[in-house]
Amino acid sequence: MLIASYLALAAILFVIGLMGVLTKRNAVIVLFSLELMLNAANINLVTFSKMGLVPNLNGQVFALFNVVVAAAEAAVGLAILFAIYRNRETIDAEKFNLLKG
Amino acid sequence: MMFTWAWVLPLFPLIAFVLLIALRDVIEKRLAVALSLIGIGVSFGFAVYLAWIGVFQQSVIQTAKYQWFSIGGKPLYLDFMLEPLNIVMVFLVSLVSLLVQIYSMGYMKDDARIITFYAYLSLFTSSMLGLVISANLLQIYFFWELVGLCSFLLVGFWYFKPEAKEAAKKAFIVTRIGDIGLLIAIFMIFQKVGSFDLRVIQDAVGSGVLTGGALTTVAILIFVGAVGKSGQFPLHTWLPDAMEGPTPVSALIHAATMVAAGVYLVGNLFFLFAGSEVALTTVAYIGGFTALFAATIAVTQNDIKRVLAYSTVSQLGFMMLGMGVGSVYASSFHLLTHGFFKALLFLAAGAVIVALHHEQDIRKMGGLWKHSKWLSIPFLIGCLSIAGIPPFSGFFSKDEILYAIQLSGKKDLLVIALLTTFFTAFYMFRLFYLVFAKKSREKHEVHSIPWSMKVSLAVLAVCSIVGGFFSFPTTNLSAETITHITKLPGHAPLWLNGSAVGASLLGILLATFLYVWRQGSAEGLAKRLSWLYQVSYRKYWIDELYQVVFVSSLKVVAWFLNGFDRFVVGGIVRFVGWGTMSIGRLGSMMQNGQNQTYVLVSLIAFLILFVSLVFGRLIG
Repeated sequence: MLIASYLALAAILFVIGLMGVLTKRNAVIVLFSLELMLNAANINLVTFSKMGLVPNLNGQVFALFNVVVAAAEAAVGLAILFAIYRNRETIDAEKFNLLKG
Repeated sequence: MMFTWAWVLPLFPLIAFVLLIALRDVIEKRLAVALSLIGIGVSFGFAVYLAWIGVFQQSVIQTAKYQWFSIGGKPLYLDFMLEPLNIVMVFLVSLVSLLVQIYSMGYMKDDARIITFYAYLSLFTSSMLGLVISANLLQIYFFWELVGLCSFLLVGFWYFKPEAKEAAKKAFIVTRIGDIGLLIAIFMIFQKVGSFDLRVIQDAVGSGVLTGGALTTVAILIFVGAVGKSGQFPLHTWLPDAMEGPTPVSALIHAATMVAAGVYLVGNLFFLFAGSEVALTTVAYIGGFTALFAATIAVTQNDIKRVLAYSTVSQLGFMMLGMGVGSVYASSFHLLTHGFFKALLFLAAGAVIVALHHEQDIRKMGGLWKHSKWLSIPFLIGCLSIAGIPPFSGFFSKDEILYAIQLSGKKDLLVIALLTTFFTAFYMFRLFYLVFAKKSREKHEVHSIPWSMKVSLAVLAVCSIVGGFFSFPTTNLSAETITHITKLPGHAPLWLNGSAVGASLLGILLATFLYVWRQGSAEGLAKRLSWLYQVSYRKYWIDELYQVVFVSSLKVVAWFLNGFDRFVVGGIVRFVGWGTMSIGRLGSMMQNGQNQTYVLVSLIAFLILFVSLVFGRLIG
């Protein structure tokens, strides 16, 4: 039953992250929430690598890659945020509507 | 003698029209007028040449024909004919057009749109010349509609006047009713004969392809077209209203040329009428009735141009009467002389109107005789001519018609014609005395009239005097011709001449009595005969009758159709538009540029996909 609690933790973290992405106005918190979702996925990967049907190290390696990608993504995301802030003097996600059709 | 250049007659005025319309914003006024005059002048030159060889030298003029287009293997030709009737019409049309254009230099000189005016006049002359030389029904119809269009444009030339706008509309719609008749007749002929060519149709009538009831129907339908164009009862109502146009237009189109086109058409297609006694009788009685009917209306009208307009209707009826009793000769002759003296009267009336600062009510005129001999003498000549006093041209032509009626043996029509003569003389001299003789009730400062008007008046006055001494050209019967114009046998008996002139003199005498010797007694007479006076003054309430019977009923239909259009058709259209727009609005609500919304949407879509896949698995 241990696996269920790991998976539940991951799912809760993921949903918290999803809610943050969907509802928060502050773009920085949206980025944080994104990190939460990524890490929820990482927990899933590590859980299955340890307790899955075929336990091996692949999942853990993949989780490490994911951490690197997440770091890079955070860097890029923050850079974009800075650029937007310089131009528009706001980090309110609702004001970011340049994609409007 | 071969004259293959017939098509140049309408060409030059047409070129003038195109140039004037294209360059009206850049061209100098004088240059435009000169161009227009050159166009019509060249045509007039040709007309004189044709009259010389065709009428004075009596040679038969052959014309060439050119293929226009072909439908279903049937070639259609541009075909012209230059028989004496056509040549006379060409001469009349180009002469009056030329004089009216010269006259308009004075009459219209202060009008800002004078170039457009000249352009329309040129177009009219061109189409009218085309009409009178066409030897092909389709071509005739084409030009017939073109002159109708020009009439519309020129009646409505001062479109800022609401009456002019209404009159132009009325002229167009009422003549259109007649045109439908003509069009149906053309279709019927084509169906029976398979050709629009007048020569072929004539052969078909001769060889019995087109006879009996069909011929009668066709002839009467063509006459319906002529009724519309020539302002015969019951389609006469547009012609008096058309007087809202500029006076030169009234003289050219609504007196001398276009309105005579109906009479010309009957004359030119006389071979159709000749074969049907019913059609001829219809023409004769409609013509006779119109002649008397319009003459009685003219007696009480107070607008100088309206009196002349009703007189035109009456005289056209007289010509139709002449056609109806079988004499193309007599009524074409009257058509020619009427063209001269009626154009003269209208142009003189226009000069009176100019001289009196655009006053048209004859009750406010008077005493012009002393002011301008240039005005009064031509007007008097016109009056004497239309009244049929020898030796003026009207006497001769009217005499021929009366003689033709007498030869036909229809006593009732002869009485009608003589009564018309009496009324004609009466109302013309009533007009003359009111305008020129009695003292003016209102003091007017009289304008002098420009030379261009005087020239036109003088030329037409001379034509009105001498026009009767030339006998109308007759066709050379040995040649192949479409219209046979033959002189009436012998001469009118003296008692007929006597009674015609007697009726005219009686009319003049009555007018003199009422308006010169006993001034003011006319009003008393009008009061005593108030019922008759009202009938005439209100024009037999024909306009009101049409208003109630046709216009109102059509308006009811139009009201329903308008409702149907607005609510049913328009409703469907609006619903389709509204539906499309709602779908669009829904779509654009999603495209709000908020990343978070996009994510939400894709999340929901993902969930739907996921759930349906899972349930699909479970069910399937």
